[in-house]
Amino acid sequence: MATRVIGKSVPRKEGREKVTGRAKYVDDLKFPGMIFGATVRSPVARGRILGIHFEPGIPWEEFTVVTAKDIPGKNCIALLIDDQPCLAAEFVNHPEEPVVLLAHPDKYLLEEARRGVRIEIEPLAAIFSMDDSLERKHVIWGTDNIFKSYQVNKGHVEHALREADLIVEGTYETGAQEQLYIEPQGMIAQANAEEGVTVWGSLQCPYYIHKALVVLFGLPKDRVRVVQAETGGGFGGKEEYPSMIAGHAALLAWKSGKPVKIIYDRAEDMVATTKRHPSRTKHRTAVTRDGKLVAIDIDFTLDGGAYETLSPVVLSRGTIHAAGPYRCPNVRIRSRAVATNAPPHGAFRGFGAPQSVFALERHLDCVAEAVGLAPDEFRRRNFIQQGETIAVGQVIHEKVDMDRLMDRAFELSGYHEKRKRFEAENPGKMIRKGIGFASFFHGAGFTGSGEEHLASEVAAEATRDGRVRVMAASTEMGQGTNTIFSQIAGEALGIDQEQIEIVQPDTANVPNSGPTVASRTSMIVGKLVETAALEIRAKLVNGGYLPDEYNAADFAEACRRYLDRTGPLTSFVKYEHPRDLFWDDERYEGHAYGAYSWAVYVATVSVDMRTAEARVDDFVAVQEVGKVINPVLAAGQIEGGVAQGIGMALYENVVWQEGRMVNGQMTNYIMPTSMDVPPIRVFFEENPYERGPTGAKGIGELPLDGTAPAIANAIAHATGANITRVPVTPEVLSELLEGVHA
Amino acid sequence: MAPRNLDAALEMLGRELGVWKPFAGGTDLMVMLEAGKLPHRKFLSIWKFAELRGIEVSSESLSIGALSTYTEIQRNAILQREFPLLCRAASETGSVATQNRGTLGGNIANASPAADSPPALMVYDAEIELISAKRARRVAYRDFHTGYKKMLMHDDELIWRIHLNRALKRDKEYYRKVGTRKAQAISKICFAAAASIERGRINDVKIALGSVAPTVLRAAETEKILNGEKFSSALLRTAQETLSHEISPIDDMRSTAVYRRRVAQNLLGEFFDVMSA
Amino acid sequence: MPDRAERIRVRCTLNGAAATLEAYPMARLLDVLRDEAGLTGVKEGCGEGECGACSVELDGEIVNSCLVPALQAEGATIRTIEGVATGDQLHAVQQAFITYGGAQCGICTPGMVLAAVNLLKRKPHATETEVREGLSGNLCRCTGYTKIFAAVMVACRDMDRTVEG
Repeated sequence: MATRVIGKSVPRKEGREKVTGRAKYVDDLKFPGMIFGATVRSPVARGRILGIHFEPGIPWEEFTVVTAKDIPGKNCIALLIDDQPCLAAEFVNHPEEPVVLLAHPDKYLLEEARRGVRIEIEPLAAIFSMDDSLERKHVIWGTDNIFKSYQVNKGHVEHALREADLIVEGTYETGAQEQLYIEPQGMIAQANAEEGVTVWGSLQCPYYIHKALVVLFGLPKDRVRVVQAETGGGFGGKEEYPSMIAGHAALLAWKSGKPVKIIYDRAEDMVATTKRHPSRTKHRTAVTRDGKLVAIDIDFTLDGGAYETLSPVVLSRGTIHAAGPYRCPNVRIRSRAVATNAPPHGAFRGFGAPQSVFALERHLDCVAEAVGLAPDEFRRRNFIQQGETIAVGQVIHEKVDMDRLMDRAFELSGYHEKRKRFEAENPGKMIRKGIGFASFFHGAGFTGSGEEHLASEVAAEATRDGRVRVMAASTEMGQGTNTIFSQIAGEALGIDQEQIEIVQPDTANVPNSGPTVASRTSMIVGKLVETAALEIRAKLVNGGYLPDEYNAADFAEACRRYLDRTGPLTSFVKYEHPRDLFWDDERYEGHAYGAYSWAVYVATVSVDMRTAEARVDDFVAVQEVGKVINPVLAAGQIEGGVAQGIGMALYENVVWQEGRMVNGQMTNYIMPTSMDVPPIRVFFEENPYERGPTGAKGIGELPLDGTAPAIANAIAHATGANITRVPVTPEVLSELLEGVHA
Repeated sequence: MAPRNLDAALEMLGRELGVWKPFAGGTDLMVMLEAGKLPHRKFLSIWKFAELRGIEVSSESLSIGALSTYTEIQRNAILQREFPLLCRAASETGSVATQNRGTLGGNIANASPAADSPPALMVYDAEIELISAKRARRVAYRDFHTGYKKMLMHDDELIWRIHLNRALKRDKEYYRKVGTRKAQAISKICFAAAASIERGRINDVKIALGSVAPTVLRAAETEKILNGEKFSSALLRTAQETLSHEISPIDDMRSTAVYRRRVAQNLLGEFFDVMSA
Repeated sequence: MPDRAERIRVRCTLNGAAATLEAYPMARLLDVLRDEAGLTGVKEGCGEGECGACSVELDGEIVNSCLVPALQAEGATIRTIEGVATGDQLHAVQQAFITYGGAQCGICTPGMVLAAVNLLKRKPHATETEVREGLSGNLCRCTGYTKIFAAVMVACRDMDRTVEG
């Protein structure tokens, strides 16, 4: 079906503002009378607060000081549950936990004052490892340190393991990863009892913050307002954390009577905010002698940090993706998220799947080797086909052709030729080369009945000059929301995307279309945008205002006449969960996701044997995504995701000391520079998903799943080292190489 | 505080010993200032002083002004031709933006053991010329750093010029910085070396390393092992063992002692290949 | 903590016009440009000279304004992102960024554009390797750099054509 606007690389809607420096991010905003806020945080991982002391030499009477006592509503950041305090009252449970808030007009004096607050804490024994938490060395959360656990049971794993020809075991670990959006977190708040609370800031989910502030202040919903400023990157790091900083800014505004701006500097942002959950996955895999998967037994643990926050949902996605796009009659996955005394871990693009997919794809290369098959041949014998079921029992109804994706990825990367050539040329060389791949899928949208519970809403309104305003809570943070929605609406209305206006996400003006997460924005919310636009068009056509064929001028004329004669031209659409999708939360099985994107990624690496430095020389990413709405934006998403995956694989190492990140500077937490990324070559296939707008599925998180394992497999190929954890730093690889070549 | 000229600055430094912190491009200082790490409250900008700028060439030597930026060093044709290790070091320090503001004098005075230029300066037997209100004096760079962040420089002195001897003979040169990534990286280990090869024998070998000791290190014992010898794998092994004992790397947030030690030895092996090629 | 002594007046040329900025001597040029001169296009990403979001041209060279103390901007010629376009006419680099997807979230974009403009001024026939090296002081978390390189190479080619034509 030919499309006019969809499938074209129309320029980014807010591109001009961004390239001229005119786009206004939260720190660019100034309000009359605005003062600055800062947070005083716990220096210890766990303890009882005995007192707060204000050192002499600071004019404290000029400061607004807020502690837990000042909270009008409930002292919590409401999310799934209410266990995380907004400000620590009696106990602290992680380093950098917020305790005291300060505000003052002078930024410099404020910083001096922050250093002049001493929190006296009686330390309590703390937990810093998943093992200690599981062993309940100390119970630091709930009754057993476990935020959540799941069990997936397909077939009869125990029986299958007993009957197996061959069993291969392996344990894999991933470390924490910092989202490192280049714009640090920030909020501005205005708050008083008469008018309520308004916040402006860098954020992904306006309605998450809205809910949190309603609870924090005990205000009715219509007296809390959240406005998104231009946001400089999120990647999940601004999914749940902004509720905390918004709460803080609002409390200071409430008490001081002035607008308050809190902007984190990079160091504070790194040490105090969320990171990707560290993980450990244990695999036990039974295969037949001819390489068919018979049983997959997975034990998957995530480190959730000190409070529950989103750990159950991260665990959920990680669990469901843990056994991959493969056919296997017997699958058991036992998973849990546990508490440690570190700042809570949180959403980061991929959201649990990068962790479990790394383990699976690394492990399957090892299984292939044990069975005596090439890694790609092993996958081919086990790729899921249309009509078969994944681990949670979901039947894959859509056409899926992993073989074809693999063929294409291998052709584009020269996989077979390189693999043979590297093996022949490597011996004795100081620079050894390797090529490896990962084959994987990623479900878009909220898991199971999640979308049903979100009950997303989108509104649209036509204006007198034929422009159509789209109102949704989905935020633009670089991924292209504004542009994509404009294209979808423009296509549906038969007009140019430039005639579509995307209303700035402001809870006073837009309905709740759910959070901007889970690769759902194009697929789920985009569909609602399409429907809302079609409804407006239908009103015009059915009312006789628009002929079958029309141009932009006709459309504008029709809108004007409708508004003059009939009234407001609006539509309001609510998400309807497909009746044939069913998910069982108890047994953890059913339709996990409405649609999956499928991919094969290939990484070519060189390893310097003298320094154990690995670098990626070439990267090919092939994925089937339903429909590419904007080729430049879509490729940009994959390229950026691959770069983050390269960071996860090779460079990004959080160094912990008693629950605190000690390398919280950009000098010491290493993300890739322009010299560290290879050519990243991206290719799309399209198998339209009938429930996505013009067939589109979600793609935002996909690249984070397959990049790190492809690189790890390539390094294993180059060196013979068994990579079992990321990041594969030179220090780690150096030890492994000693083992291999000693 | 930005004094009008060098004399004024030196006078202030001499008058109020230890009170003023002199600084050049600010690429190290401003970071420490932000982090609240500096005890000083008074800062003296020496950025504009012509006496500290410029690269002067004579037939025997090059005199590099302390305020020469890494960019200026890389753009100097004679340095590129005759002292390429220093240019390499300059090109691998920070980013273009850092190189436009970072100075050689600042790098020396900041005395980080992880600095990129010092190993090259060591290998070239550089001389540091210091100036105060009272006098000027020269110190062999080899002797300049006496301990972690300690150097043979008084509170009333500034680094004036860095002198390189053009007569220094060498056939083979080697520089390798192993950082945390390919650009804008702090060095985990830095290895600079040069030697003359005469009739198959190693002569006048100079080896200097960064990030493996509290100061930049001249591997004198390893040099002794190598000088006058012919290439052999036994020689390399002995030299590597000696090097391993000479250096004292630590574990820090960027890397480990084990890794640094192993890589130092491997880089010596790479230099060996360069020499015997 | 910057020197809490007197504020000074820094005279400079800012985006082509004479300007006098009041600041503490050791205040970061970044803050002075944003707060005193209202040039919010200059961004803070790290405060330690690593990310390049604060890049400005100082006397024709790219520097991290978070590391330049105000007193050293005296007499300098400074260009920020606000001085790159000529009125409504975008620079070739800016136009290429829009067309080829060089900007996603946009926070690194001002610094990246300036660094690219400065690079192409110094190396009008830059190769992709030189572009990679020249931009290595500007971190981008969104794009993976791929389309930034593409945009800069296109701009390079377009600028070349303009000169010839």
